[in-house]
Amino acid sequence: MEVRWTILLIIIGTAIVTFIPRVLPLMVLSRMQLPKGVIQWLKHVPVAVMAALVAQELFLSDDKFSLISNKLELLASLPTLAIAILTRSLLGTVLVGLISMMALRYIF
Amino acid sequence: MAQEILDLKENALAKGEESFWKGVKDCVPTLLGYLSIGFAAGVVEKTAGLSIAEITLMCLLLYAGSGQFIAAGMIAMSNPISAIIFTIFFVNLRHFLLSAALAPCFRHLSPWKNMVTGSLLTDETFGVAINQLSNKKFASYKWMLGLNITAYLNWLVANIIGGFFGKWIPNPERFGLDFALPAMFIGLLVIQITSQKRFFVDIMVAVSAIIIVIGVSFIFSGSVGIIVATILGSTIGVMIEKWK
Repeated sequence: MEVRWTILLIIIGTAIVTFIPRVLPLMVLSRMQLPKGVIQWLKHVPVAVMAALVAQELFLSDDKFSLISNKLELLASLPTLAIAILTRSLLGTVLVGLISMMALRYIF
Repeated sequence: MAQEILDLKENALAKGEESFWKGVKDCVPTLLGYLSIGFAAGVVEKTAGLSIAEITLMCLLLYAGSGQFIAAGMIAMSNPISAIIFTIFFVNLRHFLLSAALAPCFRHLSPWKNMVTGSLLTDETFGVAINQLSNKKFASYKWMLGLNITAYLNWLVANIIGGFFGKWIPNPERFGLDFALPAMFIGLLVIQITSQKRFFVDIMVAVSAIIIVIGVSFIFSGSVGIIVATILGSTIGVMIEKWK
């Protein structure tokens, strides 16, 4: 159970630079009356960031755009998307995603 | 005394205050996704030469999915400390936007409580929280705490299990576990869009964000695309609303 000095330094350093952008808006912006335009803009952030995360997972492989190396992920995303729209259940969506992926890996 | 508790409860209900345990319960659908990713992170961290104590410390202090993967990878390749910190800063900068998007619903809470909420903010707790908040004006601190702490402990446990047992499970992909994370993001995105009832704008924002992530990947590497896509995608959303 040892913790090396350089690793400790890296962990503390990365933790601080992650902590500040995480807490600053919640602490400061929640104290202020934001302009209507800014609130309007912030309302689009959830959809934009989730779609961006989906795109990174489904279309990029090692930071590069590739449909071929992601073909199983793209195929598995179809039933996953269908279940998400039909049931609106997060757990159901995750489970169908896992089962689809497992089946695809078994077949191909 | 009993009357007092009853009054407090009524007060809490009137404000739409949800309990800690409701938050824990609402976190459950995300557990599987982050359990498998956390397990994989634990394996990568162990392979990068980190001890279980170091993995634990990293989970407790850094607490970031992709951030921990990248940090472990960079440690393994003996990058300078400054380069690692700088990279992680950029990878995790998207939290700034998530934190800002939550802020309007947290106006009634003290800065101290908002610091606690913010310090445990992740993509998935944000996704669950913003869906929960879509028909409400104010967030419940206790509910947020239940959600965040459950995700936090789940992440820590998953990493430690990965660190201990990773070497005996050679191919976790066989069970489709690596698809848990994209499936979760798909679910969060769809629930977000269907709950807001402004399909046209939302779908345009989502499609633009996807195209931007792909486009940016030809120029920059890493998570720059996520930040650019979030900023431009949200701006496109505002512009479409103005035109309509």
